[in-house]
Amino acid sequence: MTLWQIIIAASIAGVMVKMLGYLVPPAMLSRPTPARIADLLTVALLAALIAVQTLGSGQQIVLDARVPAVIVAAGLFALRVPFIIVVIAAAGVAALIRALA
Amino acid sequence: MTPPSRRDGDEPAPESHDGPAPAAEPAAEPAVEAVAEARNRRIAIRSGIAVGGATAAYGVSFGALAVAAGLSVWQTSFLSLVMFSGGSQFALIGVLAAGGLAAGPAAIASATLLGTRNALYGMRTAPIVGGGWARRLAAAWLTIDESTAVALAQPTPASSRVGFWVTGLCVFVGWNITTLIGALIGDALGDTRAYGLDAAAAAAFVGLLWPRLKRRQAVTVAVAAAVVAAMLTPALMPGLPVLAAALVAVLVGYFNWFGGRGGRGAGSRERMTR
Repeated sequence: MTLWQIIIAASIAGVMVKMLGYLVPPAMLSRPTPARIADLLTVALLAALIAVQTLGSGQQIVLDARVPAVIVAAGLFALRVPFIIVVIAAAGVAALIRALA
Repeated sequence: MTPPSRRDGDEPAPESHDGPAPAAEPAAEPAVEAVAEARNRRIAIRSGIAVGGATAAYGVSFGALAVAAGLSVWQTSFLSLVMFSGGSQFALIGVLAAGGLAAGPAAIASATLLGTRNALYGMRTAPIVGGGWARRLAAAWLTIDESTAVALAQPTPASSRVGFWVTGLCVFVGWNITTLIGALIGDALGDTRAYGLDAAAAAAFVGLLWPRLKRRQAVTVAVAAAVVAAMLTPALMPGLPVLAAALVAVLVGYFNWFGGRGGRGAGSRERMTR
């Protein structure tokens, strides 16, 4: 697949999932179990993406400047610091560690 | 589901016979209601604009990170215009950054699965936005965490509708402008690792996850999913560990492990807090 094909396919899939909510009978997805799975799916995918993005390097697990950066980010989010500032701070921590190393 | 509807003044019969001024009551009601409704509408517009401004700030991070993951400025903007769902967009570029083009199918699957919550939102906003298929298509496109949350927080059907559209449109415009700015910045930066942009991508996911960790079940799933994804990283092709971790959610959600009592009510409220 080319990058454009991936981007277009994923975008169409995303819009179709959104439209699904307007087409299916409300009774179907609002039952507790599907609703709970959809909720937890978001949590699981985000957590998995954090793990892979923080520790992964291709197929290897690596501990590098990203780990302290993510810990700092989690601490700042806990203190309710705005998103964009936390993201910049995390980048700054990683960049600083790499510059010093 | 739908916000409680306003008092329609169609049952003043019981009180009309003992009131001291029965004639004044029915005349005053509609005027008071119109003022209240105008106020509700103003509040809905104001919160929509505020949420739009706050969300637009993420756009800069997304744009820069997308370019760092190998997308062109055009491809980055295409995602924000068409896919228009922050979490899914971050997921797509995250998996592509780790696995390259070979991870394309896994990247598409991750982004789509992360977008399934939008289908649940759509079921709640469908009765709010009104009829006509063109309007419903536009509404579906704008159905995201923020527009749903603002719509459902309003007290009357009319202000819910205003809140939905104002928030959706403000976020859409802001998100696309700031994505483009971020992509242009990312393009100018060059070596993104030196600026710590890979760590910034991980931090962005932390920010998206954080508001969802209010219940024990969610925390348990998050920890288990992260462990599964990390442990499978050496064994599977990039992209697949994230999908495997999604099974944790399916299992825990299906059997309602760690759920406790009344999880559904708490869950649906929590989902709307962002």
